[in-house]
Amino acid sequence: MTVAVKEPSMLLQKEMIAGNYDAITSAHETGRKVSSTFVPGNLNELLMCFGILNNLPEINAIQNGMRRLSGDYIMEAEKGGHSEDVCTYVKADIGMMGRGNIAPNGKPFPEPDVLLLSYTGCYTFMKWFELLRAEYKCPTLMLHVPYEGDGHSTPNMIDYVVKQLKEVIIPGLEEVSGVKFDIDRLREILALSAKAEDDLVWCLETGKHKPSPIDAYFGGVYYIGPIFTAFRGTEEAVDYYTALRQEVKARLDAGQGPTLPDGSVLTDQKYRLVVEGPPNWTSFREFWQMFADEGAVVVASSYTKVGGMYDLGFRHDPADPLRSLAEYCLGCYTNRNLPSRVDILAQYVEDYEADGLLVNSIKSCNSFSAGQLMIMREVERRTGKPGAFIETDLVDPRYFSPANVKNRLESYFQMIDQKRRGANKAA
Amino acid sequence: MDMPVSKAGVIARRCESIVDDLSFQAARDWKAAEPGRKVVGFLPVYVPMELIHAAGCLPLGLFGGGDRIEVIHGDAYYQSYICRIPRSTIELGVTGRLDFVDGLLFPFVCDVIRNLSGMWKVMFPDVWTKFFDTPQNFDPEIGGTYYTHELRELRADLERLTGRDITDAALRASIALYNENRRLVRAVYDARAAEPWKAPAADVYVVMRAGLMMPVEEHNALLADYLAALDIEDRPRKDNVRVAIFGSFCEQPPLALLKSIEMAGCYVVEDDYSLVNRFITEDVATDGDPLAALSTAYLRHSVETSCKYVPNEADKGRFHVERVKQTGAEGVIYAAPSFCDPALLDRPMICGRLSDAGIPNMSFKYAENSGQMQPIREQAGAFADSIKLWS
Ligand code: SF4
Ligand code: SF4
Repeated sequence: MTVAVKEPSMLLQKEMIAGNYDAITSAHETGRKVSSTFVPGNLNELLMCFGILNNLPEINAIQNGMRRLSGDYIMEAEKGGHSEDVCTYVKADIGMMGRGNIAPNGKPFPEPDVLLLSYTGCYTFMKWFELLRAEYKCPTLMLHVPYEGDGHSTPNMIDYVVKQLKEVIIPGLEEVSGVKFDIDRLREILALSAKAEDDLVWCLETGKHKPSPIDAYFGGVYYIGPIFTAFRGTEEAVDYYTALRQEVKARLDAGQGPTLPDGSVLTDQKYRLVVEGPPNWTSFREFWQMFADEGAVVVASSYTKVGGMYDLGFRHDPADPLRSLAEYCLGCYTNRNLPSRVDILAQYVEDYEADGLLVNSIKSCNSFSAGQLMIMREVERRTGKPGAFIETDLVDPRYFSPANVKNRLESYFQMIDQKRRGANKAA
Repeated sequence: MDMPVSKAGVIARRCESIVDDLSFQAARDWKAAEPGRKVVGFLPVYVPMELIHAAGCLPLGLFGGGDRIEVIHGDAYYQSYICRIPRSTIELGVTGRLDFVDGLLFPFVCDVIRNLSGMWKVMFPDVWTKFFDTPQNFDPEIGGTYYTHELRELRADLERLTGRDITDAALRASIALYNENRRLVRAVYDARAAEPWKAPAADVYVVMRAGLMMPVEEHNALLADYLAALDIEDRPRKDNVRVAIFGSFCEQPPLALLKSIEMAGCYVVEDDYSLVNRFITEDVATDGDPLAALSTAYLRHSVETSCKYVPNEADKGRFHVERVKQTGAEGVIYAAPSFCDPALLDRPMICGRLSDAGIPNMSFKYAENSGQMQPIREQAGAFADSIKLWS
């Protein structure tokens, strides 16, 4: 058995996540309130203003996927009448409830005091929390974030979100927590968010170097962990990103690639890819290793933008807190229209000097997946670089076929080789 | 030997030929009749057709290609686990069948149609394409203000498309016509619920669908004729059970499926097929600011369906239970398109509420091009038998 090798930042993050789970599962003893909410459009700073803990069901599903528990949970939910066709995050969550709702620390999750339905970029979110609400009968606060259908947000959309924050979300959280809203406290927290965001962007952009000191997909999911979840706006997150930056900088200075799950370092990078779509979690390491075995490194990805597109310049802004939260929610990757997604990905292929775009299409996720074949072809057309398409699922092990994925990857790399040979001949 | 065709049957057959015509000749003819006319298509579930009409355009309901189109190109755009309607819609687009459509509205229902709006922008850059997001906050001050602004933007977009202003007076006149349309539509549904043997589900279906492909004035006249014809319709009454169909608001089943349900012993007395003309349940005000009136109608008087958030847990499924009671349905068939997130995520909640209310229900999945009707006939038949047995 190989032992997973972790970078120091990963260990730090592990502690942070464990600490958050402990805080959540001991909420009864400490008297703290707990919310459930989603990663895209996550309003962690606002929850912090009210001392409310942030429990993210998507992250629980990922944890259960990586710990190979999700398959059973999904089947449990399907037995209970949930369709085989819908998002497996939802079913993993509902199945977990059916099995005692046990957190990764072995203790039961408390029932949420509030469902913060931050409705950004995914239809399923709305129904997911309607389903949970039926179980928990707790207050549910809907924040409707309109979709950027024309590729940008309008003043009307921003006003609408701000108004909901002021008149629905904040009063709702005040009521649940008994804490009065203090906008100056929010400003302080947002300043910390912005600081961590700067460092995250710095790290993600090192993918432009050759060799890349990071893997912006498999490694990237760790890098985004704290900022996309319960830590954005905390001192801990600032410290984490400072440490991460130092770590990445050391590799950059040493001309080193990222550390792989088997402990080796991927410095000899034969292929540079941009990846669109979330990863598979049930065979995460195996999936990553398939890329590493071929010397492929991911230099940029869209999944690391679902919780905010900081690399396009957005920062949480203490000077205009509520508007800044609104703009944050509106600008998350899956809330952008398809032409914008094509623009972003084509730009990544150019800016990160990638060999092409690989789409990992997720069966569960129409928000990401519907239209990805067109996205791939359009990016190919614009960049002249070949694309490839693989299909897996998030946390349903039935939809990860290692042989198929491996085959697809191998032929993709052959295609890139051919393209290079063709280019060399032509030169 | 075929039965002699009644007046209602003649109207329905005419509507069926309009619905079946994937070259959209009727809409093409409308457009060609006067220079400068524009056609604005829309997908499920809801758009305010009044605005399109007031712009002098023909609102054209697009519900995919049904089972009447071979999808060749469309499949190259979608993975196997995505429903059928976007593929056949793309097929309609790339085969030139929609080349006369000047604008296309993609209302919010789910992420598939949402994303299709962007695909259309990339694939058909010359067509005015708009994603239309209705509010999920139903407070007039919040969601209402947002929505009135969105409607204002839509109005401005339509004005740009046609080069003509949409006056409040024109909009009020359109609202009045659509109020009339909704009243007639409701009257047909009521008439069917009262005497379902007179109005076969497939006939009512095409009468409604065809209405989304012709000017509302024409449809109003047609509905009035159809109602009068139903009055004198003489068909044998069968010992069928009365069912409501829910879950079918977006991708539409093939007509054969509707017929199969009836042949299996079920009269359809309520449904949510092509819901747009029943989406608003009461008259929209024809005085005051017409955009505010449309907004209020959406916030206050629209149906509960899967593309809308239900703010209070207690209200979830209430609409469905009430409609079952109002129409005297004895059971519900929850028929959802395969891979349809909205219908399938809602299914356990809606069916749960129906069961809580003691309403028998069953569910199955279909696709717009489903060919095998035998399993559906068997399931629906068994369901009808079980209702008869226990009632
Ligand atoms: S559909 Fe996609 S974005 Fe939505 S919850 Fe599932 S995985 Fe997340
Ligand atoms: S059938 Fe369902 S999933 Fe497909 S486009 Fe319509 S609402 Fe969306």
